[in-house]
Amino acid sequence: MTLWEKMCASDLLGGKQGVIGLAVLAAVIFLVLPLGVDIFRLNLIGKYLTYAFVAVGLVLLWGHGGILSLGQGIFFGLGGYAMAMFLKLEASDPITTKIQSTPGIPDFMDWNQLTALPWFWEPFKSLPFTIFAVLTIPALFAYIIGYAMFKRRVGGVYFSIITQAVALILSILIVGQQGYTGGVNGMTDLRTMLGWDIRTDSAKYILYYANGLLLFGAIFLSKYVMSSKFGMLLLAMRDKEERVRFSGYDVSNFKIFIFCLAAMMSAVGGAMFTLQVGFMSPSFVGIVPSIEMVIFCAVGGRASLIGAVYGTLLVNYGKTVFSETYPELWLFLMGGLFIAVVMFFPNGIAGIWDKYATKYGWFKDKAVTAKKPEVSTTGVETHAVLTETLSAEAAAATESTDVAASVKKTTRKKAAISSPNIRGAEA
Amino acid sequence: MSNTDFVLAVEDLTVSFDGFKAVDNLTMYIDKNELRVLVGPNGAGKTTVLDLICGKTKSTGGSIKFNNTELTKLSEHEIVRSGVGRKFQNPSIYENLTVYQNLEVSYPKGRGVFGSLTFKRTQEVEDQVRRVAADIMLTEFLDMESALLSHGQKQWLEIGMLLMQEPELLMLDEPVAGMSAKERDQTADLLNRICQNRSVIVIEHDMEFVKKIAHKVTVLHQGKILAEGPMEKVQADEKVIEVYLGH
Repeated sequence: MTLWEKMCASDLLGGKQGVIGLAVLAAVIFLVLPLGVDIFRLNLIGKYLTYAFVAVGLVLLWGHGGILSLGQGIFFGLGGYAMAMFLKLEASDPITTKIQSTPGIPDFMDWNQLTALPWFWEPFKSLPFTIFAVLTIPALFAYIIGYAMFKRRVGGVYFSIITQAVALILSILIVGQQGYTGGVNGMTDLRTMLGWDIRTDSAKYILYYANGLLLFGAIFLSKYVMSSKFGMLLLAMRDKEERVRFSGYDVSNFKIFIFCLAAMMSAVGGAMFTLQVGFMSPSFVGIVPSIEMVIFCAVGGRASLIGAVYGTLLVNYGKTVFSETYPELWLFLMGGLFIAVVMFFPNGIAGIWDKYATKYGWFKDKAVTAKKPEVSTTGVETHAVLTETLSAEAAAATESTDVAASVKKTTRKKAAISSPNIRGAEA
Repeated sequence: MSNTDFVLAVEDLTVSFDGFKAVDNLTMYIDKNELRVLVGPNGAGKTTVLDLICGKTKSTGGSIKFNNTELTKLSEHEIVRSGVGRKFQNPSIYENLTVYQNLEVSYPKGRGVFGSLTFKRTQEVEDQVRRVAADIMLTEFLDMESALLSHGQKQWLEIGMLLMQEPELLMLDEPVAGMSAKERDQTADLLNRICQNRSVIVIEHDMEFVKKIAHKVTVLHQGKILAEGPMEKVQADEKVIEVYLGH
């Protein structure tokens, strides 16, 4: 068995089509974009790709778990702020800040008449602690929100609204506590990480690649989760939560876990954002960025990890192009785009791709059908068998209307599946 | 309350919704390997009784003991794990998964978050899925998306999902609703097969079907037991004829 065959046969990567999809994405991120655009644009793309972490998390949480969070900016922001605190402390050494009335503390603290570093800033002098904080604080916060809501079986629209409220509260809190957080301006003027200047072109290249690798890490982690029994349970819960509960599962624990995992991914994106863009501000925490991130995911295809990355890139590219030329039109366009996706392409770009790939038989997946040789029937054949059984029954049974009704029901259900209900998003 | 030999001992069970007693001082015992059918007019409290046993609804009084363990204090998933399976009135299956996956997901291992992340499809799971699929007559549909099954096959699949957990007590709410005559006969055979080593409670309206499967019948009316016993005895009961069978 060659490596290629092995990869195609693995459940984790999702068969031949999955492997090709990942390879193309890797080529785009690691080769085409870095070679095709200048460092200014590449840095911009790197920024977009940090949002892709949030979108990938949303594919797990929303696309597969059916839990729509309108507050992913919370976790993106917490991760970003944690990294910004470390960088800000490093940029505020006593020599650079000697003109301040209290040298050695961040400039915005000095402007706000703080005379000592607040206690919760102290540990952020250490990079290992900062990385630990990026990974755990947002996840812990998600655990608290998730525990409080899912254990009480709050779900659906109510969950979305509450996450939105928390995002608003957090952004107001950050703006209000100027002395501790830098207020509405955020944390700016970040320069070095352990003495390494992050503003140079070479640093930007390195950070771009590091970001891309981490994003692939997040995608592989998500693929692993989705290919496990946990992934199947997520789909099952989205469909029939009660049935899962009455099959002996504590549904809330599964929801809490996936919410924490999505939060952790968003936080890594936030930290990478701070490193590449060189600042962090409350405008990446509140309601608007949180909803934008849902749109990235919806446009790309909320059930597709790779689709979510493309969706993020495309919407942000559109945003940059249009807001340069017609800044006042962009918001309307984005709103229109979201409505169009929800109404006509509920599975986003990935859905359109799948439709045509299936229609024209691109990447026919031999690896998957060959996986279970003991079962001779493929999907199409089984369907034919079913139809035959049904029509035979219809002829034989005295209650033929009964069978006809169930056939009708099957067809209707089929139609319902091809256009999954996405209305939750509109609320 | 004392311990008993019964699989399920329901004693003085009451639940009231804003003063309306949906189940009123109900006492009922189910034997090992017994197939009991609950019948009664609409609103008699049949489904509520099952809801109370499986923990979907919390009782306001009385006790439910399953193998002498009190169920009223346990949460839903704990009740399931102690060996009680429940099928809902409308077929509740995971339509976007295949028949195989529906059964596999119901396998009672890897039920925690981390357990499910590390769960492996072993030969044991494979065997169990195929055995159950044969029982519920769906072997040739294992790889099909379950949404494409007929209504009757969906009902069987849900029963199969419960069988995967090998429950000691199986509760089925109207398992043959919407089935053709042929499917009803097949379901009766299925129920007679699966109650060999477990107790089963079935809610059903179709008296012909009840005759085929019931060991004993309990007639409920306005949350109370109207009659209980073998089918012939219950059918001859005047009160039962008046409130239920008469019309």
